[in-house]
Amino acid sequence: MKRFLGFVKKEFLHIFRDYRTLIILFGIPAAQILIFGFVVSTDIKDAGLAILDLSKDETTRKISGKIYSSGFFRNTGTLNGYNDIGQVFRQGRTKAVLIFESGFGDKLIKEGRATVSIVADGSEPNVATLVSNYASAIISDFNREMNLSLLSSSPVVQPEVRMYFNPSLKSHFMFVPGVITLIMILICALMTSVTITREKEFGTMEVLLVSPLRPIQIILGKVTPYFLLSFINIITILVLSWLVFGLPVKGSLVLLLVETMLYIMMSLTLGILISTVSKTMQQAIFISAIGLLLPTILLSGFIFPIENMPKIYDYVSSIMPPRYFIVIIKNIMIKGTGFQFVWKETLVIALMTILFTVISVKKFSLRLQQ
Amino acid sequence: MRTILFLIRKEFLQISRNKFISKAIFAVPLIQLLVLVPAVTFEVKHIDLCVMDFDMSAESRDLIGRFEGSPFFGVKYTTWSEDEAESLLYSGKCNAVINIPSGFGRDLARGNPAKLFAGIDAINAMKGQLAWAYLNGVISNFNESIISSGMQQAKASVIPRTEVRNRYWYNEMLNYKYYMLPGILVILVTAIGFMLAGLNLVREKEIGTIEQINVTPVRKSQFIIAKMVPFLIIGLADLALGLTLGKILFNIPFEGSLLLLFLGAAIFLVAVLGLALFISAFSSTQQQYMFVAFFFMIVFILMSGIFTPFESMPLWAQKFDLINPVAHLIKFNRMVMLKGSGIDDVSKELLLLSAIAILFTTFAVRRYRKTA
Repeated sequence: MKRFLGFVKKEFLHIFRDYRTLIILFGIPAAQILIFGFVVSTDIKDAGLAILDLSKDETTRKISGKIYSSGFFRNTGTLNGYNDIGQVFRQGRTKAVLIFESGFGDKLIKEGRATVSIVADGSEPNVATLVSNYASAIISDFNREMNLSLLSSSPVVQPEVRMYFNPSLKSHFMFVPGVITLIMILICALMTSVTITREKEFGTMEVLLVSPLRPIQIILGKVTPYFLLSFINIITILVLSWLVFGLPVKGSLVLLLVETMLYIMMSLTLGILISTVSKTMQQAIFISAIGLLLPTILLSGFIFPIENMPKIYDYVSSIMPPRYFIVIIKNIMIKGTGFQFVWKETLVIALMTILFTVISVKKFSLRLQQ
Repeated sequence: MRTILFLIRKEFLQISRNKFISKAIFAVPLIQLLVLVPAVTFEVKHIDLCVMDFDMSAESRDLIGRFEGSPFFGVKYTTWSEDEAESLLYSGKCNAVINIPSGFGRDLARGNPAKLFAGIDAINAMKGQLAWAYLNGVISNFNESIISSGMQQAKASVIPRTEVRNRYWYNEMLNYKYYMLPGILVILVTAIGFMLAGLNLVREKEIGTIEQINVTPVRKSQFIIAKMVPFLIIGLADLALGLTLGKILFNIPFEGSLLLLFLGAAIFLVAVLGLALFISAFSSTQQQYMFVAFFFMIVFILMSGIFTPFESMPLWAQKFDLINPVAHLIKFNRMVMLKGSGIDDVSKELLLLSAIAILFTTFAVRRYRKTA
């Protein structure tokens, strides 16, 4: 035990002496939380909108005024003909063009029907959908106002919508769990795999292996500091998101921390597994960065909902541990549900931990070269 | 010049002899492109509904039928217990709950407004917003059909209406692959440039081989150029590979000039490589480099507007993006590839990229020390 403690101390010294890495380790989660909270937003405001008015009458001016004064749109120019549309789109500032057909006002009065076309720049599908939805809504508002007397008593369904769990539609409800998941993969899997392969690459692993320490002690000694570091990091993230965004842990904090520890263990065993299969640090970095980090961001349901991906990704992502952890953390933190809602996911992560441990133990050899 | 050529040859030899890296350079982007492009989508297609119909009238059944008929919704559960509906929402088995109170049909038949309650899981704000929009769409369709059926044919035509027609240019079907591929290509090129080049230099430091170069008469700028050129070529080759695959597999439209695209990518790579070498000058171990590089990559990518619209960012973030090469190239790529923007349209992005490239490369050359 004393030997083991000495070894852990040595590992801590390694980490603390490299203060730059340490700063970054705590800097990444802080920066991510702040960026996600303040920068990443899907709201549309001040979207560039140009108008091609082939009619130029009272009504079209009224509609244009209503649209620009709504706060969602910014005037990026008045066009003179259809040929201008392509040009303003290519310049990239304009997201949509509103086209009033010629004789718009006359038609509206005489025939009761007039057409306005919304041409949106589909190279950004989300913006295009939202922009044309907003513009349509403003125009149907105009319709309603125009016919206020006629329609006031008509039978319509008035939906009352309640946004569960996230009434103000803030994006950090989604991102805080994601960042936590990401950071743990980064610190646990990446850092451990790199430190262990580092000893291998420099040959210092030999020194450790001929020491009286048993292999299990070496491995445990390597991962203990990272276990503590990532735990502190999680606490930091939780406190930060609580202080800055007022995002509290709705469910049981103890349960959340226990689940987090389980997930940290899983990531650590994954890191050990990576280190047993890679010979150089570059290899370990590549496997963990490209094999783990990007899929964690993109396939875990962190930013992109899994339900909408092709079916096969559902299967692929079901072997990715982050997917389960995100469900757990969302349930406990945001929905405030208890263990009975997350026991299945917990079981999956526990099984994965055991699986990774078994494989690593089998692969770990006392001798470096056969 | 000869010196640089020899140094570049040395770099290529080193890369090709490293079995893992030489394979990873092409295999990794390939796999990522294949796996990620179809996966990243904001489309919301299958909103699972739980319906509570307390009214059981012809009108309420008609409305539910409309939800079933919509491509966005699927009625997965029907229940008369509010507790059960809530627990379905909590366990994530359904995404939205619709509650039609009793008296719904009666109100409509009498010509009065009727109430409808909807609860939407909005943890993912984007998804919640879209679900809301689709829900409103179905309901306003329903409203319109009630109004028009209730009114006399003659009376309806008197009401003046503005009709709205929607069209999407460049991407008629709003295919997300078209939107994501140019962005994913940028991330891949960034990852290759940033990770490989920086790690390569730090590795030489870490194992001490850099001293062998330091004692030769090779000049600082020559050394930096020789470290940059191979990764510039690899990055562009990866881009070409990615474009070819995108064309074959996803049939991505390519409207603009190929030459312009590669020009932009080359300037971008110089910027990224310059920054990578600059950071590596500060780092003494690969681990250290990797973490600093990750930090920059994460900040650059998240703030680049790849997932969310650039215009929605606060002003200070948009200002910061002036020195973010990733933001410029993503915008540039989308404009050139999807809209066929010419050099005049993207001159601002090109100029900014060039400025960043010069800045970072100068930093890298100045910071590199031959003394240990």
